[in-house]
Amino acid sequence: MYLFSERWQKLRRDPRLVWAATIALALLLVALPFVTDWAVGRTWVRIAAFVLLYIMLALGLNIVVGYAGLLDLGYVAFFAVGAYFYALLASPHFDLHLPFWLLLPAGAAFACVFGVLLGAPTLRLRGDYLAIVTLGFGEIIRIFLLNLNAPINITNGPQGVNLIDPIRLGGLSLAQTHTVLGFTFPAVYNYYYLFLALAFAVIFVSVRLEDSRIGRAWAAIREDEVAAAAMGINTRDVKLLAFAMGASFGGVSGGLFAGFQGFVSPESFTILESIMILCMVVLGGMGHIPGVVLGAVLLVVLPEALRYLGPLQQVLFGRVLADPADLRLLVFGLALILVMLLRPSGLWPSALRRRELAAGGGAAADGRA
Amino acid sequence: MIPPTGNAALLEALAISKRFGGLSALAEVSLSIARGEIFGLIGPNGAGKTTLFNVLTGLYAPDAGEFTFDGERLTGMKPYRVAACGIARTFQNIRLFANMSALENVMVGRHVRTRAGVPGAVLRSAATRAEEREIASRAYELLDYVGIAGRAAQPAYGLAYGDQRRLEIARALATEPKLLALDEPAAGMNATERAELKRLLERIRASGVTLLLIEHDVRLVMGLCDRVAVLDYGRKIAEGAPLAVQHDPAVIEAYLGGALA
Repeated sequence: MYLFSERWQKLRRDPRLVWAATIALALLLVALPFVTDWAVGRTWVRIAAFVLLYIMLALGLNIVVGYAGLLDLGYVAFFAVGAYFYALLASPHFDLHLPFWLLLPAGAAFACVFGVLLGAPTLRLRGDYLAIVTLGFGEIIRIFLLNLNAPINITNGPQGVNLIDPIRLGGLSLAQTHTVLGFTFPAVYNYYYLFLALAFAVIFVSVRLEDSRIGRAWAAIREDEVAAAAMGINTRDVKLLAFAMGASFGGVSGGLFAGFQGFVSPESFTILESIMILCMVVLGGMGHIPGVVLGAVLLVVLPEALRYLGPLQQVLFGRVLADPADLRLLVFGLALILVMLLRPSGLWPSALRRRELAAGGGAAADGRA
Repeated sequence: MIPPTGNAALLEALAISKRFGGLSALAEVSLSIARGEIFGLIGPNGAGKTTLFNVLTGLYAPDAGEFTFDGERLTGMKPYRVAACGIARTFQNIRLFANMSALENVMVGRHVRTRAGVPGAVLRSAATRAEEREIASRAYELLDYVGIAGRAAQPAYGLAYGDQRRLEIARALATEPKLLALDEPAAGMNATERAELKRLLERIRASGVTLLLIEHDVRLVMGLCDRVAVLDYGRKIAEGAPLAVQHDPAVIEAYLGGALA
């Protein structure tokens, strides 16, 4: 095992291998829609696009929960804000049709404002108390969206907003099928590639933020807020910045979601969504980008894959013994419990988090005896 | 013993009071600390020493009284503003960023003297890269200065107790303080470590930083401090040169009880 890990470390540093791995991964991601479509059908290309959307969401929440250590149970509110921002400004609802290149950054900024609005009253709260307030915030946004159809109809209430403009980049509509060099790109492929590019942008920003003066300040308030303040960190501003940055990722994802679906309604932004996104972060490995990406992939793919439990029973037993819809959630829940029992610091935790959990109370006892 | 610049007070505390419910933790405590001196704050357990530290560094707001530091009024300022003004501290119960490396701990101390924000972090402009290099190299120098450069990459929680104390000092020094406030820096140290600590504190003073320390170890206080103040039940009962204070009847009574005085 030791030899293996040493050899592995050596391989990881070999630049040729790093390049080869990067190129292989890039080719895989570019070819993915074609391969998936051919192998398992177009539904799965759509699921792949959703995986990318949730990667962006999970990385946004990771800034708040993983980097700054602030437990946020209402994160879906920012997703909702971004989605409705796009929906209302690019649909027949108000007969506004603003372009995507404008709505994407504006939606991010708009969600940022909401991040600060949520952050401001919670600055003094920690842990459980913070979680409860953020939970309430998430619900408030959803209930507003549900009820802001009277006296003035802003959100169209429970019916949601329909016929949202598909995303257009320049003159190119992503909703149409395009043919380039003999390859056919249906709508869902186009969205996949756009989401892929933006997911990489979000990963890039996350990586850069983590290893920076701001990232260290977040880690410091996560570790010990009092000591961080005594070292000259303005904890108020740094926390608000974490909420704002996390919210902006949520806002971007929301806009993409609205353009992709063509329809938004309050139903998409329930507390369960917040919990799922939090699960991606926690299950994958809080604060560790590859872990969070893995968490998002698994938690989107697994429930979809478990739909095959019905056909599987048919093949194995000749008939369906248990309703796949019930079984699906049962197996999914069991999988979550097992992962957390066997790998409490997440499937792919950062070296730092692993230390934290392995040392557990020991570290605290040493330092704060 | 007071250095030549001694006349200009760096820190002036006027009649600081702090109550916790019915308990008077500090009652009209006044202090004056001169530039370049090592000032000791002693007193029995529960005398209010740490409370005074917490008021001074902005963790608690005083109920009455005033602080001025280097000509600026500090009373009731937020801790980060106090640190920006030039007061850095360590904690009685070591409060390091346990899961960050020793180097990162000190790098956090540079936060208050550096600028880069989100755009700088994301774009990594030349200015940001230069600042990051400066932060890392300065942090490494400070680890070397306190004698734990060899532990730079280790997580703070894994350091030996004495090294954790040194790391806290390095982190505080990274904020470029004019006054370094140390809350029981020698607690839990053995004789060798104490001697090393004493040398380190003398070097820090020689570099132009004023020191304020709470300490229980009488020999360390006597050997190191230019002046000491004694707190008992939240009141200042004596102040002066260490030797004079040591023989003050009020101090002896506070430490040994009325029967022996």
